[in-house]
Amino acid sequence: MADMRTPLNRVRGLGAARGGTEHFWRQRLTAVSNLPLILFFMGFVMAYSGAPFEEVRAAIASPVVALLIGFAFVSVLYHMRLGMQVIIEDYVHDQGWKVALIILNTFFPIVVGAIALLSLLKIVFGA
Amino acid sequence: MVQITLPKNSQIKQGKVWPKPEGATNLREYRVYRWSPDDTENPRVDTYYVDMDDCGPMVLDALIWIKNKIDPTLTFRRSCREGICGSCAMNIDGANTLACTKGMDEIKGAVKVYPLPHMPVVKDLVPDLSVPYAQLSSIEPWLHTETPEPATEWRQSREDRAKLDGLYECILCFCCQTACPSYWWNGERYLGPAVLLQAYRWLIDSRDEATGERLDKLEDPFRLYRCHTIMNCTQTCPKGLNPAKAIAEIKKMMVERRV
Repeated sequence: MADMRTPLNRVRGLGAARGGTEHFWRQRLTAVSNLPLILFFMGFVMAYSGAPFEEVRAAIASPVVALLIGFAFVSVLYHMRLGMQVIIEDYVHDQGWKVALIILNTFFPIVVGAIALLSLLKIVFGA
Repeated sequence: MVQITLPKNSQIKQGKVWPKPEGATNLREYRVYRWSPDDTENPRVDTYYVDMDDCGPMVLDALIWIKNKIDPTLTFRRSCREGICGSCAMNIDGANTLACTKGMDEIKGAVKVYPLPHMPVVKDLVPDLSVPYAQLSSIEPWLHTETPEPATEWRQSREDRAKLDGLYECILCFCCQTACPSYWWNGERYLGPAVLLQAYRWLIDSRDEATGERLDKLEDPFRLYRCHTIMNCTQTCPKGLNPAKAIAEIKKMMVERRV
């Protein structure tokens, strides 16, 4: 069906959402925090690759390591959610699909993050 | 979803190979996109041979030569032929540029000419730019003031005037706009590099009194934040301007007014 709306009508649409800056800012913020946290996590994994299970477990249980790994999970997952949302908005134009994917994109990191943090807590406080 | 393949009626077919001009020895091959709204044919690419001993050095010279000497139905926009009107913006040798300032000597082999990408085609090399024009008018690219108008002119320091350099030179050819993948995917919601560069030109104009309102109108996940610094805009600008930097400056202003 031909679109009879004027170009200006189509371009103005529903108006400016007066948002997006917070999203943009937080993506930069988590990018900054990701850098040292991921470097630390990679260094940790490399340093302990091949080490016996009990030794690795004890190393993770140390408060500083556990905290840094915990921060890394939160920072990376939040950054991932923000980035994935941009990709969905870029490429998925059907409103129904878009909303469904954005909902899933919000739940997914929460679930993954909860499992990861619970596992960390079990290692720190577990027997 | 984003459509990667062309719809069937837009797929480009091999077109007509026009005869070489008689007696010419210095020939240049041109492959030009053709489409007419007057029939139901698919778009095609016609091949022409231009007599370089009878033709100027620029791509626009060759297109005019073809129109005058071979095929009067070839349709394209042109006006000033010196890179200031922006009419002859098209995709030449795979990049958006102005036909009048693109020298044929810069191109190896056959010269391939297409309309600006991802715009509806009116005919041949003429794209329908009504959406970008509407986007430009939506940002109100003129001076907004509330202070009573001075008897002479709105004054501006030399330093503030210098801030408009690299912005005021934009001729609105929309080469950058139509080179931006983000604009291809979200053309009606994302304002695009050309329009955002214009928006920034008024945001940093020291005489304008509507900076906040202008930022309000731009603050939107789609209108502004679809820019992912792909930089096609800056790479393709035939005037050597930097729309990507202008957009980054707008984002900085957005953060600045809340941090």
